[in-house]
Amino acid sequence: MTPVVFLPALPELFLALASLGLLLIGVLAAPERTAKGIPLLGALALAVTLALVIQAPAGRAEAFYGMFVTDGFAVFAEALVLLAAIATLLAGLRFNAWQGIDRFELPVLVLLSVTGMLAMITANDLISFYIGLELQSLPLYVLAAFKRDSARSTEAGLKYFVLSALSSGLLLFGASLLYGFSAGTSYEAIGHALVQPDAMTAIGAVIGLVFLLAGVAFKLSAAPFHMWTPDVYEGSPTSVTAFFAVGPKVAALAVFARLAFGPFSGLAAAWHDVAWLLCVASLVVGGFAAINQTNLKRMMAYSSISHVGFALMGLAAGTEEGLRGMLVYLGVYTFMNLGTFVVLLGLGRDGAIAESLSDLAGLSKTRPGAALALTIFFLSLAGLPPTAGVFAKMFVLLPALHAGMPGLAILGIVMSAVACFYYLRVVKVMYFDEPGLPLDADVASGTQQAIFALAACVVLFLCVIPGPFLSIAGAAAHTLFP
Amino acid sequence: MSLPVAIVFLPLIAAAMTGLFGRSLGDKLSQLITCLALLAAAALSLFVFQDAVLAHHTQSIVLLRWIDTGPMSVSWGIRVDSLSAVMMLVVTVVSAMVHVYSVGYMAHDKSIPRFMSYLSLFTFAMLMLVTADNFVQLFFGWEGVGLASYLLIGFWFDRPSANAAAIKAFVVNRVGDLGFMLGIFAIFVLFGTFDFTPVFAAAPQMVGKTMAFLSWHPDALTVTGILLLIGAMGKSAQLGLHTWLPDAMEGPTPVSALIHAATMVTAGVFMLCRLSPLLEYAPVVLNTVVVVGATTAIFAATIGLAQTDIKRVIAYSTCSQLGYMFFAAGVSAYPAAMFHLTTHAFFKALLFLAAGSVIHALGGEQDMRKMGGLWKLIPITYALMWIGNLALAGIYPFAGFYSKDIIVDAAYAAGSSFGYYAFILGVAAAFLTSFYSWRLLFMTFHGKARMDAHRLSHVHEAPPVMLVPLFVLALGAIFAGYLGYESFVGAGQAAFWGPSILILPIHQALANAEHLSWMVTHVTLIVGVLGIALAWVFYVVAPGLPGQVAGTFALLYRLFLNKWYVDELYHAVLTRPVGILARWLWKGGDQLVIDGLTTDIPVAATRALSIQFSRLETGYIFHYAYAMLFGVVGLVSWYLVVRP
Repeated sequence: MTPVVFLPALPELFLALASLGLLLIGVLAAPERTAKGIPLLGALALAVTLALVIQAPAGRAEAFYGMFVTDGFAVFAEALVLLAAIATLLAGLRFNAWQGIDRFELPVLVLLSVTGMLAMITANDLISFYIGLELQSLPLYVLAAFKRDSARSTEAGLKYFVLSALSSGLLLFGASLLYGFSAGTSYEAIGHALVQPDAMTAIGAVIGLVFLLAGVAFKLSAAPFHMWTPDVYEGSPTSVTAFFAVGPKVAALAVFARLAFGPFSGLAAAWHDVAWLLCVASLVVGGFAAINQTNLKRMMAYSSISHVGFALMGLAAGTEEGLRGMLVYLGVYTFMNLGTFVVLLGLGRDGAIAESLSDLAGLSKTRPGAALALTIFFLSLAGLPPTAGVFAKMFVLLPALHAGMPGLAILGIVMSAVACFYYLRVVKVMYFDEPGLPLDADVASGTQQAIFALAACVVLFLCVIPGPFLSIAGAAAHTLFP
Repeated sequence: MSLPVAIVFLPLIAAAMTGLFGRSLGDKLSQLITCLALLAAAALSLFVFQDAVLAHHTQSIVLLRWIDTGPMSVSWGIRVDSLSAVMMLVVTVVSAMVHVYSVGYMAHDKSIPRFMSYLSLFTFAMLMLVTADNFVQLFFGWEGVGLASYLLIGFWFDRPSANAAAIKAFVVNRVGDLGFMLGIFAIFVLFGTFDFTPVFAAAPQMVGKTMAFLSWHPDALTVTGILLLIGAMGKSAQLGLHTWLPDAMEGPTPVSALIHAATMVTAGVFMLCRLSPLLEYAPVVLNTVVVVGATTAIFAATIGLAQTDIKRVIAYSTCSQLGYMFFAAGVSAYPAAMFHLTTHAFFKALLFLAAGSVIHALGGEQDMRKMGGLWKLIPITYALMWIGNLALAGIYPFAGFYSKDIIVDAAYAAGSSFGYYAFILGVAAAFLTSFYSWRLLFMTFHGKARMDAHRLSHVHEAPPVMLVPLFVLALGAIFAGYLGYESFVGAGQAAFWGPSILILPIHQALANAEHLSWMVTHVTLIVGVLGIALAWVFYVVAPGLPGQVAGTFALLYRLFLNKWYVDELYHAVLTRPVGILARWLWKGGDQLVIDGLTTDIPVAATRALSIQFSRLETGYIFHYAYAMLFGVVGLVSWYLVVRP
């Protein structure tokens, strides 16, 4: 028997062990020292993991008898997840203390969840994929309900848990169908069986694919599997919402792409349809529903649904160019969305988080820096030049056009015009309305400012030197097209 | 840097400095900068005139490439030949005088830097126009002077009438500009270039060629010439497109003198002379020019008889004199047109500025019926007005005598029926000109003082800063004709103009004008004196007579007083229908249809959709679960039903 190869999975292994180590420290050390120490150590562990991911030898490598695979594509997605997790941990420090949820379990749970995401991204087998998915989800239930004396927070956790269980059920049902019709759980085996399927296998596999991808779409919060998103975004503590907004989506989209171009490449027509149906539904639902929201976190929930629609547009094109567009979109989305939430993390009033639209009135006078950064992020989210948002949209709209889907591209442009309304309304409120009651000073921190300033610079100046970012995304996309 | 470049750009630099930094520079410094720049340009123009005209040193300076796309290339350039050198001299000298005069005239205005900046900007645009080396740059200058004219007519923008006049001037000029632009396009279609030199060189080969327009094949040169003529008619306020010029008198008087008498309105005449190598091969166009010019000359003169606003009388006389220049160009007597343009620039600027001095003395009064008896109070202005009038009426030996005489003679000498038409109308207009000029003079300066006592007690002679420019212009009004006659239109004209003006051997109106009978050559002088005498009888000897005559010929009087009802006609035929159409398109087309379809309906739909989508979010977990199952069932049915 060949020995177990585990070195390519070193980052995941390190992160898993580090989270267990932090758990031990948290239990043993004095509580007043863990409140701040564990998050910092957690961020350090994530940073080390990021270094390990980036430093890994280039090229495709398998581990654990093919259950696990790492390649350029995985490195790109993992780097985004890790960056987002580091930023949310650091930016949430002050916020969590202010909200009284600065317990050591929170960073440990974040680390465990990130471990799950990394496992999903690098899975090469339905079994390992499912284990990664559940490892990602379980800490998220707890995190959503982390402010346990808040009814809305516990409601968010419960809703997410129940619906997630349902989606896991759908996913497992799909996986079992696929196993039944291809007689294998590894991606290679499934892909091999579906290259030229007979009629019976084709129908069964397509139904299995639909159920499996429905489970993925739930994590992605793509319509019509999005219903949990606004409630969970609104109910969870903002530091957790920020984590929700980026990591799970990147991981789920990475899985979607790996499945689509790997085992399901024989059923290209089938998953193309799933991708564009989800894309259309997400664009329409996310775009229109956001207009009616006055709660910023709910608005951002619908905004994230709409952005998932755009990322899916790149995938729906089904080409290498489209996949690159999706990765570019994910990268830009990470920065602008995270930046928005980090700004929101610094806004509180009378001990409560400032999350309604009217709370931002006159922000340009009370917090000019935050208002400017938020304006940059919203302009980018709306896709207005010269921000990175317009650039990202271009890279998903063009592949859709090239792939002969002009209707989809036109819908995307129309929906981004609709989206302009609710983003620019926030800018209007910040710059032209008179300030209300003063904001709390003790929730904002220098770390937050540094993070959102950095993100704003990236969003604003990416179009000046897009070359390196584009070539990295292009190389990552290319690894799925041998 | 060569001299012509400096002449053209000095006014631009001055305009930019005072326009952008006028507030910090202050009134005095702004006046100083613009006046010095213009005086320097005028002095340099003398050297250029000496170099280009007397030493026959023509040149074409290319400044930089402007447009370079495919077969089309246009450069910024300065063409210095006799024609442009004469124009540069006239423009800079008159402009410098007007700048200096404005220091006094506008002393009490609130925004002096803005005024000086606009004046200098105008001068720059006018110089760009006259030194253009191609049609596109000509058009640039053409539009630049139009813009400056618009800004200066509407200078007192708190007066509704000034704004209306500014818009009218701009819109009427746009009509002419449309013709001009189409003419330029036709030039490019025909010749494949915009540059003057190759176009003029190729003009003889274009005779007899036709142009295809829909199913119509007109003569190419005729079409081009007529289109360009429409542009010239707009800028030079010729019959049909003249309505803006009298209204333009809403601007400050120095503006009227510089732009609406001496320089900008002569741009059309300049263009006709500049294009002589083209027009000479288009006889139909030339005949049209004669008819337009001669008719304008008499038409404007009749209106001038009945006007009571001192500036409007002079404005109509300008219109009439431009008609003279036009028909001179039409009978191929381009040098005569340029000669009259030059002398007219001096005496008409003098008349306007003298009128400005009267208005200044009376604290803004422009109605001649409320003047009278001023000659003792402002004797210097009175004397200057006499000089201007004598020059305008063409009385020997003042400047107008030489230039108007040669034009009328050339029209007769052309020998064609068009020429005789112009001759007869020109003589008649000369009579009317001298009549209304002295009507103006007698009503303003003689008889009883008809203004109120308060105004009368404040009447004062203008300060030196206003009088000195008037003296300079008066010198021009007296001597320009005598000094210029030989070289402009006399024996030396061929050498003087060199290749800048082309006259074909078959068009010998100017040469033949030397050999006419005594009666023909002196007829303008005779009718001029008669006009003065008649005005003297009407307004000094028997002041009751004009009223009787007006009563006897009531119809004609009303026609003249109401400017032949051209404004009313345009209002009824063009302005009102277009206004109604525009309002209908605005209310019905834009607001109802376009806004409705593109804004109101989508907005309502978006709002409704948004409410519907948020209503889906009930908060009940079983609804959410149902939506997910519905999604899965929907996706599966998509494969089983829609795409089996």
